[in-house]
Amino acid sequence: MTDIQQDMAAAEAGDPAAAPVPAIELAGVVKEYHARGEVVPAVRGVDLSIAEGEFFALLGPSGCGKTTTMRMVAGFEDPTRGTVRLHGRDVTAVPPNRRDVNMVFQSYALFPHMNVWDNVAFGLRRRGLPREEVRRRVAETLEIVDLAGRERRRPRELSGGQQQRVALARALANRPRALLLDEPLGALDLKLRQAMQGELKRIQREVGITFVHVTHDQGEALAMSDRIAVMNDGRIEQLGPPREVYERPATRFVAGFIGTSNLLAGTVAEVVGDLAVLRAGEDGRVLLPAGDHLRPGGPVEITVRPEKISIETVEPVPGVSAVRGTVTDASYLGTANSYLVRLPEGTEFTVFEQNVHDSGLTARRGDTVWLSWQPQHSYAIGSRTPS
Amino acid sequence: MRRRITPYLLVLPGGLWLLAFLVVPLVFMASVSTQQGDVVTGFTQAFRLANYTDALVAYRTQFLRSAGYGLAGTGLALLLGYPVAYWIAFRGGAHKSTYLLLVLLPFFVSFVLRTVAWRFLLADDGILLRPLKDAGLLPEGFHVLQTAAAVIGGLTYNYLPFMILPIYVALERIDPRVVEAARDLYATGRAAFTRVVLPLSLPGVFAGVLMTCVPMTSDYVNASILGGPANTMIGNIIQTQYLVNNDYPAGAALSFILMAAMLAGIFAYARALGTENVLRVVAR
Repeated sequence: MTDIQQDMAAAEAGDPAAAPVPAIELAGVVKEYHARGEVVPAVRGVDLSIAEGEFFALLGPSGCGKTTTMRMVAGFEDPTRGTVRLHGRDVTAVPPNRRDVNMVFQSYALFPHMNVWDNVAFGLRRRGLPREEVRRRVAETLEIVDLAGRERRRPRELSGGQQQRVALARALANRPRALLLDEPLGALDLKLRQAMQGELKRIQREVGITFVHVTHDQGEALAMSDRIAVMNDGRIEQLGPPREVYERPATRFVAGFIGTSNLLAGTVAEVVGDLAVLRAGEDGRVLLPAGDHLRPGGPVEITVRPEKISIETVEPVPGVSAVRGTVTDASYLGTANSYLVRLPEGTEFTVFEQNVHDSGLTARRGDTVWLSWQPQHSYAIGSRTPS
Repeated sequence: MRRRITPYLLVLPGGLWLLAFLVVPLVFMASVSTQQGDVVTGFTQAFRLANYTDALVAYRTQFLRSAGYGLAGTGLALLLGYPVAYWIAFRGGAHKSTYLLLVLLPFFVSFVLRTVAWRFLLADDGILLRPLKDAGLLPEGFHVLQTAAAVIGGLTYNYLPFMILPIYVALERIDPRVVEAARDLYATGRAAFTRVVLPLSLPGVFAGVLMTCVPMTSDYVNASILGGPANTMIGNIIQTQYLVNNDYPAGAALSFILMAAMLAGIFAYARALGTENVLRVVAR
């Protein structure tokens, strides 16, 4: 018996000691394209294990390989190297129609010549389910996505949000073991997108199916996912829960891609107790928790999130990071104020200030201000201990 | 004021053209079709509707043959053309326009010349049949020219691009993601074709059938060059009535019967297989 079969047997036997079989597993997956005699790598080696019932996001800029990765899971692309397993079964060479995953396409790809009902029933009919069962499941799924009563409409007679829900229903009706969503909300306007985020979460909780969600929208990934894999240039740069990816970016790329990030490079001046100290300008200092790898004289690059920084007109108290700079831009955004502050080294920091008082902007363009933040909010990039 | 008449001014040249060269001759021909007389003594208007029944009775065979050849040629063109259009649309890659040009290439040679070239190819002692006969693969008396097969083959060949192009356009417009979605939803390659690709390409098939069936049915070049006396089509009869027999009323009556029959056929076809209906049926 192979390891997989053992795992499966153990899982079926309900052996609590055995690790549950992941819903989706990618091992050493590489995808190369050949264009004009040149090899173009799209995915450069991805190892990934997505648990049963998880809401997982593949996040990255366009061209990072996230969509190719998902298409390999669905079966539309063959990996150049590596293995794709679904619930322990090697499906690397299995065509899409014999994989127990369904996809929600970016542009929905609804069948334009069929009405809503026939679209949703398509997969069930192809699998030869009995008429009564098809009818029951289609009705039930349309109920879940709140489209009951629109069965006879053609896709082009529906709004973007409704089409999106038909696409979702068409995949969900099959009760796949995993649902793949390719930029599912990308074509919707902001209001609808936010509403659908909550809707997708609700549906996922209701049906309990593994969702894999490909997106370039970090806000969407943070808001919806249990775990996020941040991809760049065909590789996974960081994989973890939203909070970890946001608060403790593993690489410069992750820090820059997720949210707005302020980066500051420097040298550790001294280590005092459990705090490392960096000098910034003539009278500035940056404090951060001293991990094992921080030694006086060693180079370090830190990142601070804009909302963790407070902007002050007087010198901050000791025990916090304090850096002086010049305001180059100040804007009122309604719920918050946003500032751009130029530090002595020339780097610019973005600062968000919650609009809790009615006092308006704390500083104006050209003002000299102090920026301060708690030591634990300085995060040295790359110092994340492997989890 | 000026803005309101501009569209009419734009349509005027084309409208006048149609009026002068289509409507006027049609009215004139309609008038001729009920006249009586001969080319020597002259024709006079007699409102003789029997011209129509006479023509129909005399050339019933040719009418039916034309319909048969037209349908056979259209069917063959569909069988040959659909796979070509499919291949160009889905497998043509970066060279789609080259392949389309190849499809259109025969149009750079005159219609009659192309058909004459076929006569050389298929001649009883031509480059195709002679070697086969010499090799004993075909009997000495075997011939292709002057048969229904030659005429239908010629029709199919000459009108094939008119079948390929509209089907290509319809296939080309299909979003490849829709086909992927079908595959993702447990459709085999075959089911994805019959349930999604084929229904979505039906408007193209519909147009292609119209664009080939109508000219094939009224064609006379293929029958006169590739066919024999037993393959005469209604187009040949009309030509003979006008140019050889100088029996203009008979020729005109035949033309109107042909027009009416084809219009009725197209109308019935569109009613029965109108693309919306086709889609509704296949979607089940």
